[in-house]
Amino acid sequence: MEGFTPVAGVSGGLLIGLGALMLLLGVGRIAGISGIFANAIAFGSESGRRWIFVAGLLLGAFIHQLAAGIELPVRTSLSWPLLAAAGLLVGAGTRLGGGCTSGHGVCGIGRLSLRSIVATVVFMTVAGLVTYLTRHVIGLPT
Amino acid sequence: MKWRSILVWFASGLVFGAGLSLSGMINPRKVLAFLDVTGQWDPTLLLVMGGAVAVTLLGFRFVLRRTGPLLGSFDLPTRKDIDIPLLLGAALFGSGWGLAGYCPGPALAAFTVDLREPAIFCIAMAAGMYLRRLLPL
Repeated sequence: MEGFTPVAGVSGGLLIGLGALMLLLGVGRIAGISGIFANAIAFGSESGRRWIFVAGLLLGAFIHQLAAGIELPVRTSLSWPLLAAAGLLVGAGTRLGGGCTSGHGVCGIGRLSLRSIVATVVFMTVAGLVTYLTRHVIGLPT
Repeated sequence: MKWRSILVWFASGLVFGAGLSLSGMINPRKVLAFLDVTGQWDPTLLLVMGGAVAVTLLGFRFVLRRTGPLLGSFDLPTRKDIDIPLLLGAALFGSGWGLAGYCPGPALAAFTVDLREPAIFCIAMAAGMYLRRLLPL
């Protein structure tokens, strides 16, 4: 189990914030990945830029991994039906709630949006509860 | 000029993606170790959020004082109310995140280290996004 990595954590967070800041300053949009992905898969007139963002995201992650040494994939221990269920929940939930960790948690809080602060508190709390349930009550393998 | 806009989207994604990888958030077990508060708690995600929000809290203030971004105009969410869709949506999202340790950004970035897991998750996520329209909310 990987341990506490404060320096990489903060540094990575700073870069995430910087990426969001660049998008806002550059083209005036919020870097909420759920929204960007949703727009991309709608394949509308605005989707091309979103796919370009996703391409940049993949390349940025890849470049870091090259610089840091190739990382082996770390997988969850979930069966694929549970993994798919999680994906469904995330997809539906982020559209219904209008954001995710980057949209509400990073950008929304950055704008001091009450909606985002509330959403972040809710999804953080529920996530913690669900992790507790699956690991310590239901006892899904970790 | 279209290419400048494309460059901004690409460069923003590049920096964002590098941050996702560096922070360790592509690793769902690391995320779950943060969410598992009663277990072997790994507080790293707290610092990731802290670092990101520090930049946006400071930076957004300056940027939003401008009449507009470098290209085009601001296109920001304007809603201020707290309603059922927001609360329910956040709860559903949190449930999925707490189950798998993946949220949209890391799930996409995970394609750099794996295929099967991010594929299953992202296809399901896309399906969930389409299905949301069926919800009477």
